[in-house]
Amino acid sequence: MKRIISFILVVLVTTGVMVGTSPELLKNIRLGLDLKGGYEILYEAEPLEAGQQVTKASLVQTAKSLESRANALGTSEPEVTTEGSNRIRLKLAGVTDEAEVRAKMKEPAVLTFRSKAENDKEGEYTKIELRGNEFVENAAKVVFTSLNQPMIDIQVKDKAKFSEITKRLIGQPLAIYLDDQLLSAPTVQQQLTDGSAQISGAYSRDEANQLRDTINLGALPLKLTEKYSQSVGATLGKLSLDQTIKAGLIGSVIILVFMIGLYRIPGIIASFALITHTWLVLAIFYMGEFVLTLPGIAAFILGIGMAVDANIITYERIKEEMRSGKSILSSVKAGSKHSFRTIIDSNITTIIAAAVMFFLGTGAVKGFALVLIFDIVTSIITNIFFSRFLLTLLVRGNVLKKPKYFGVKESEIRAL
Amino acid sequence: MRFNWNFDYVKGSKIAYIFSIILTITGIISILALGLNYAVDFRAGSNVDITVSKAITAEQINPIVNDIGVNEGDVHITTGADRVNVRFSNVLDENQESKFKEEFTKLDASASYEVNTVDPEMAKELERNAIYAVLIASIGIMIYVAIRFEWRFGLAAVIALFHDAFVVISVFSIFRLEVDLTFITAVLTIVGFSINDTIVIFDRIRENLRFAKKTSKADLREVVNRSLAQTMTRSLNTTFTVFAASICLFIFGGESIRMFSLAMVIGTLFGAYSSIYIAAPLWLMLKGKQVEKPKKVAKETN
Repeated sequence: MKRIISFILVVLVTTGVMVGTSPELLKNIRLGLDLKGGYEILYEAEPLEAGQQVTKASLVQTAKSLESRANALGTSEPEVTTEGSNRIRLKLAGVTDEAEVRAKMKEPAVLTFRSKAENDKEGEYTKIELRGNEFVENAAKVVFTSLNQPMIDIQVKDKAKFSEITKRLIGQPLAIYLDDQLLSAPTVQQQLTDGSAQISGAYSRDEANQLRDTINLGALPLKLTEKYSQSVGATLGKLSLDQTIKAGLIGSVIILVFMIGLYRIPGIIASFALITHTWLVLAIFYMGEFVLTLPGIAAFILGIGMAVDANIITYERIKEEMRSGKSILSSVKAGSKHSFRTIIDSNITTIIAAAVMFFLGTGAVKGFALVLIFDIVTSIITNIFFSRFLLTLLVRGNVLKKPKYFGVKESEIRAL
Repeated sequence: MRFNWNFDYVKGSKIAYIFSIILTITGIISILALGLNYAVDFRAGSNVDITVSKAITAEQINPIVNDIGVNEGDVHITTGADRVNVRFSNVLDENQESKFKEEFTKLDASASYEVNTVDPEMAKELERNAIYAVLIASIGIMIYVAIRFEWRFGLAAVIALFHDAFVVISVFSIFRLEVDLTFITAVLTIVGFSINDTIVIFDRIRENLRFAKKTSKADLREVVNRSLAQTMTRSLNTTFTVFAASICLFIFGGESIRMFSLAMVIGTLFGAYSSIYIAAPLWLMLKGKQVEKPKKVAKETN
């Protein structure tokens, strides 16, 4: 009797926890761009100058700049990650003006100080003296002249170099370019030793602020080329989500009905363990703040089909033991014991495949592999240990007295 | 209901070998002659998927394509009741893309777009990574199985696994089904599922082997047949549950995972088939060579 009560308690508490937390879980699971709509770009970074190397630091710096640009555009939770040695992946959810984002992101905004080269025509400056990555990040600010004219103050990293350049160019213009656009071409009056320089021009206050932002956000240490892009409309994402969830529900119901039909009471326990399994995977996604994508949901649904395998193996084994004439309790014990190694072996091989996908894959493949791994690990917990625990409670509580509760006919049992 | 699964599976494997060899050769020919029908994930270009609220014909789209400066010949348009797919063999630039959307919106104001653009270099790399993934996964699995069991099991399992992956790739090549990035995930999942199935059977063979006579190939054959019979219900049941999940995804799931689901449907069936008719008999063949060396001993009655 005690065991029956514990069984009922465990089931009720588990159900309670699942029912209580599910709405919160479902509401807060982070959905991928393919499910909620958005924009994803994969950039390949190249050094600004030929012969230079893309370093990890410069890549991270570029990613940070992209992130601040995205933030400046007001997109919610931009996700910027570096990949490999020279790639940056950018994910923006719920973007409405894609073209604007794209333009803003790609805008290299390379700030350069240039001097006149020998063959330059009048007003043309092509000899690059200083580049964007030689300015101190986020140091540009708007200052005002005595006439209350706004100008932009910037800082260079290498004071000595700047000092040398300004000394060399005294009396000559040092032009300031943003990309290929000439901002101003002041003439160097004296050697500048403190490492700061001013860009002045007939700017309005707003223009000055904008220019300051561009310089601050803009000085991308690397040149970016778009290698892959994906944009999904919000309506389309919602449609995919609904369709796939519907598919998952139908598939799950078929599997549950099948399990109960085949294994009766243990089948019901398996179904309960499967539901717990699904809830647990969702909970892991929620807690780990992982992003659920469309292939992820597919892996999730497939995982239900595969997770139930642990129960099928165990129950088949239990049935076998029963047919050989063992008592129900010893059949359950022997069946669980014998099936355990098989289940672990077969699951580890699948984990190997999933782990390879995770380490070699990118984007969606990675997400898929991650779900598959969680699926297998949680299925070991719920579909071996938890379901076995429940089944043992029932068997020891003397509820399952007849083999037919397991789907075994009396006539199949061999007499000892 | 319980079936009596006791029959000579090893005998049936002869036909299975012939079937699989023919299938593999057909696959090789098809892949060499036709190649694979790569989706934009693996081919450079832009792919525009549009969910439309009313039927739109290719004739309505053609002028837009011309308008944005793309040759009609470089564009492949597929229209459906609520979905339109336009595939450009060249990468669309930003202006072309926004202009396309702008003009298309005139045809259907509530259209929703999914645009994928892949650079040629990137596409090649994705494909290469996919092949590496399958190879590395196979090696990993083979090592694990070799440690836990013995190398013969590992080898047989990996051959069966390659068979399954290859059959699915062949079917996609023969029927010109589109191979996209999700297809790779499907192939890897099939690899995982197929090996899972094989291991369960091998585990049982190993277990039965402990108490069995193993002096002749006939003894081993007995063990293989018995192990297959014992695991048959489980194999069929699990195949059914995974199959049920895949077919539901195929029928009801979103468009973008359709090819994934289809590959899974095919792969699930072949995964079960190869575990029974390819992997187990292959192991028998390898192991048989070992015991058979001295002289064939007649099968004893038990």
